[in-house]
Amino acid sequence: MPTVTIDGQQIGVPEGTTIIQAAEMLDIHIPRYCYHPGLSIAGSCRMCLVQVEKTPKLQIACYTPVSEGMAVHTNTEQVVKARQAILEFLLLNHPVDCPVCDQAGECWLQEYYMEYGLYDSALLEDKVRKRKAVILGPHIVLDTERCILCSRCLRFCDEITKTHELGIFERGDRSEIWLYPGKVLDNKYCGNVADICPVGSLTDRDFRFICRVWYLEDVNSICPCCSTGCNIIVDYNLKRPHAAKGRRLMRLRPRYNPEVNKWWMCDEGRYGFKFVDASDRILDPARKENDKLKPIPWEEALGRVARAIRALVDEGRQEQIGIITSRWSTNEELYMARRLFVEQLGVKGLDHRVPGNIVGQDDGFLIRADKSPNSKGAELIAVHHPEGMDATQIVQAASQGKIKLLYVLHHDLAEAFGNKLIQKVSQNTELLVYQGTNFNQTSDQADVVLPAAAWPEKEGTFTNYAGRVQKINEAFAPPGRAWPDGKIFVELASRLGAPFRYICAEDIFREMADRVEPFKGMSYSSLGLTGSLVSSQGE
Amino acid sequence: MAADKGLTFWQRLYLPEIIKGMALTGSHFFINLLLLSLRLIGIRLKGKGPVTIRYPEERRELAPRLRSLHRLTRREDGSPRCVACMMCETVCPAYCIYIVAAEHADPDIEKYPIRFDIDLGVCVFCGYCVEACPVDAIRMDSGSLDFATYSREDMIYKLDDLLKIEPARAKG
Repeated sequence: MPTVTIDGQQIGVPEGTTIIQAAEMLDIHIPRYCYHPGLSIAGSCRMCLVQVEKTPKLQIACYTPVSEGMAVHTNTEQVVKARQAILEFLLLNHPVDCPVCDQAGECWLQEYYMEYGLYDSALLEDKVRKRKAVILGPHIVLDTERCILCSRCLRFCDEITKTHELGIFERGDRSEIWLYPGKVLDNKYCGNVADICPVGSLTDRDFRFICRVWYLEDVNSICPCCSTGCNIIVDYNLKRPHAAKGRRLMRLRPRYNPEVNKWWMCDEGRYGFKFVDASDRILDPARKENDKLKPIPWEEALGRVARAIRALVDEGRQEQIGIITSRWSTNEELYMARRLFVEQLGVKGLDHRVPGNIVGQDDGFLIRADKSPNSKGAELIAVHHPEGMDATQIVQAASQGKIKLLYVLHHDLAEAFGNKLIQKVSQNTELLVYQGTNFNQTSDQADVVLPAAAWPEKEGTFTNYAGRVQKINEAFAPPGRAWPDGKIFVELASRLGAPFRYICAEDIFREMADRVEPFKGMSYSSLGLTGSLVSSQGE
Repeated sequence: MAADKGLTFWQRLYLPEIIKGMALTGSHFFINLLLLSLRLIGIRLKGKGPVTIRYPEERRELAPRLRSLHRLTRREDGSPRCVACMMCETVCPAYCIYIVAAEHADPDIEKYPIRFDIDLGVCVFCGYCVEACPVDAIRMDSGSLDFATYSREDMIYKLDDLLKIEPARAKG
């Protein structure tokens, strides 16, 4: 284990650690463009030059392994001068079209220029012009003028997705990133190249020009598009509501979690948030009147549902109540559903196993066939009654009139079972309640519709396929009069005479961690940024 | 009465003072009438005559750096110079600029505004937008100061309105 001294601070690091990694451990930031911890080392940008004692020339920190007794200086006059010269070289043919560049504000050229550049350009000739605004595929636009040839994007396509779409063509100042003949940048992870591009060369077509990055606010969350549970950052814009026709959620970015997704996320998840700001969001509680939904106050909607449930429970007809919970709900919401309906009201017909969540196959990297974020959580919390019916049986029973009240959370049953069956359910039940975020064929058939919050609008946890409990956070409030599921349950419970004493999601989680074996000992603070695994004693 | 205290006998007579005042006002009136009549036939005596101007027929000369109604400058083909970089929108302390950008067909222009609204009812005329603009697309040199309207909606100037406004005087 060699010991290295960087800027006077000593640290012992494992054999083979590079200077840049050792510096990171000491919280010393060495400027870099081509170095990315998730990719191989290119050493092409030369921005990370540092001075190593007893070597005559500056060394690149990203590729020089530390050795015993090495002394490194990252801020000497020679290093600072070299950085300035490298920046001048990298920016030589850069168009400096920051006003129209989407990267402006989070561009490493801008950041390092302000920190280490600040030179006067000595270029007397015209800059080399190259191709601009080239569409490389469904998600990515390329500007070859802005490129500094760090090769991060092509290393990503070579090493992570192994699809080899991109290469560097031509020589000298005419070199440019381009697609290999016949290729299109359309692999399932191609959105990542826009994230790792340190300059504005590769930009995201979905995010392009809709919002300046400095308008964005962010919150940590978990991708809900499959059971992998990739850690993400939600970038949203509330300050400029006129941008992008009022769309609040602007983009998702992967967040580093070594146990789950490392630095990456798939495009399915990255662009799978459109329903959140879609025009078909349910904004008001409503009841069906002459085949049309009429907005009503929450009081009335909840009262109607609670009275119907109460009536059946009081008459001891619990078997005529069916509840379809959802794998898209958080652990907290699932636990509340179990508490309220199973434990307190004695409902047996409660299940989440609606078919249709398996699409395609696991790809061995991040994409999993199970498209619901919380299947594992639903299983562990045992939302379904062991002797009870499963979701398919519940819906069948409802269509035959054996279930008088069907309460559906989030699932579009029409999609899973066919519209005909749901029409039959609607006719043969006394009350069909739909609680969800967007209108669909099931909500069209419902007698009462309750507007629910989507995942960026609430707090809670998801349990991924491997049993990792990870936290989602509220980015913005639900639209219209929608409420988070948790609040709807609390209000409903108090009207059913079994009030919950929860004030926030953390209260629910605390109680759940107490009472549900796999979650024992967990708390929001113990989950931290990377989440923690459920205990496997129960399995 | 308290107000009469300190008045001399002459002043208390009332009429002489009134006549004196009328004479003063009258002399100004007739002198100005004469001077204005002379102006009509082209004789302008320097430093003499009334200093007021007859707005709106007559306008004051504006200082060259005066910040007046905004306008958007145009390219040679008449399209807006603005590249929708949102610098003015960002710097605006009154939050009165609303821009929506779109992709331009010409990759050398790349970005252009499809919406550019200034709510003049909110604008504080600080001129930061003009200073922030990297492409000289917005200026406050129209010389127009009287754009009052009957409704708040009419105070919102849209992209096309702003493009139509001409500068106060052609650059020499």
